[in-house]
Amino acid sequence: MEHYISLFIKAIFIENMALAFFLGMCTFLALSKNIKTAVGLGVAVIVVLAITVPVNNLILTGLLREGALTWISPELSNVDLRFLGLLSYIGVIAALVQILEMFLDKYVPALYNALGVFLPLITVNCAILGASLFMVERDYSFGESVVYGLGAGVGWALAITALAGVREKLKYSDVPDGLKGLGITFITVGLMSLGFMSFSGVSL
Amino acid sequence: MAKTKELLFDPVVNDNPIALQVLGICSALAVTSSMSVAFVMSLAVIAVTAFSNLFVSVIRAQIPSSIRIIVQMTIIASLVIVVDQILKAFAYEISKQLSVFVGLIITNCIVMGRAEAFAMKNGPLDSFIDGIGNGMGYSAILMIVGFVRELFGSGTLFGIEVLTKVTEGGWYYTNGMMLLPPSAFFIIGFLIWGIRAWKTAQVEADEFKIAPNSKAKEA
Repeated sequence: MEHYISLFIKAIFIENMALAFFLGMCTFLALSKNIKTAVGLGVAVIVVLAITVPVNNLILTGLLREGALTWISPELSNVDLRFLGLLSYIGVIAALVQILEMFLDKYVPALYNALGVFLPLITVNCAILGASLFMVERDYSFGESVVYGLGAGVGWALAITALAGVREKLKYSDVPDGLKGLGITFITVGLMSLGFMSFSGVSL
Repeated sequence: MAKTKELLFDPVVNDNPIALQVLGICSALAVTSSMSVAFVMSLAVIAVTAFSNLFVSVIRAQIPSSIRIIVQMTIIASLVIVVDQILKAFAYEISKQLSVFVGLIITNCIVMGRAEAFAMKNGPLDSFIDGIGNGMGYSAILMIVGFVRELFGSGTLFGIEVLTKVTEGGWYYTNGMMLLPPSAFFIIGFLIWGIRAWKTAQVEADEFKIAPNSKAKEA
């Protein structure tokens, strides 16, 4: 149990998807102009990450890994399909986002309306694919990948909400012409990321 | 000929994918702590962007518009798998350092963005050149950031010592912050400032105007 809690905390703070690994930066910078949008997008990312990472873990252990196909027939025990990994993970992500969108539309319309246009955008958010690839690289078990997916999502949501909060105030300040908008946002994110680095001293 | 040149060089300065279009930032930050890694990443992105543009453009008349995203994604993912396997075979050390970021070329918005915005509407040759051009725009930023970070962070360029470090009897104190990821943000931020100071047309407009103080003498 303790192991899972420390993995969760690590995924949120120490290995923050946005501020330590810079994943999902395109959406992170483009859609952080106000807090409301940022929260909506953050929730969508949490939901999608918490589902896709475990599902990709099942795909890896049940279909792709060397010897994973033995359940079909023993002759397939030395087939290694890991080179198909990238294609399968992105396929799973795209399909899941689509299914999630239809499911929410039908059964939880309130959440569907709140997430709106952000759901389809999430397919191309590198944080989602990145989390799955980290899961593969670090050899997480199924339980760990559930916790990791959730933690990574919460970390990303936290980061984008914090940035949106800063930017809402920042727009009233007098910034040099060339730095307006994108430039100053980069520098803000850099400072936030420096702040988050202080968590890396925490040993879990 | 003039058009080819424009397609090739416009994205490098005038319409840079990172500095102006805000595409493909994720990997730009994470792989720039040394120049050789940044160089390999640049080559990989140029190759993927160019060929995905070419293939998407060749079959653009056959792609039904409702499933075009999935088709583009499949083409890109297959190309990235090829690149990944080549790197593992011929540059294993660097491919280890790039870790997940090779795979993340799939979701690099530059590749997808150019396939959607350019290759779906233009012929194969133009699209191929546009892909190389945008890949070069991305590479230019990557190499500049890599140059600054490696030179000041560890005093080397491409692993060759340029500034002799104090620890080896020289004079240069390494700036440890340059090796930390956040420094990439500052460098790109200042780079954007530089580009926009030069090309003033790129400056973003204010979202609102602050009204002049009506009681000027009050303070």
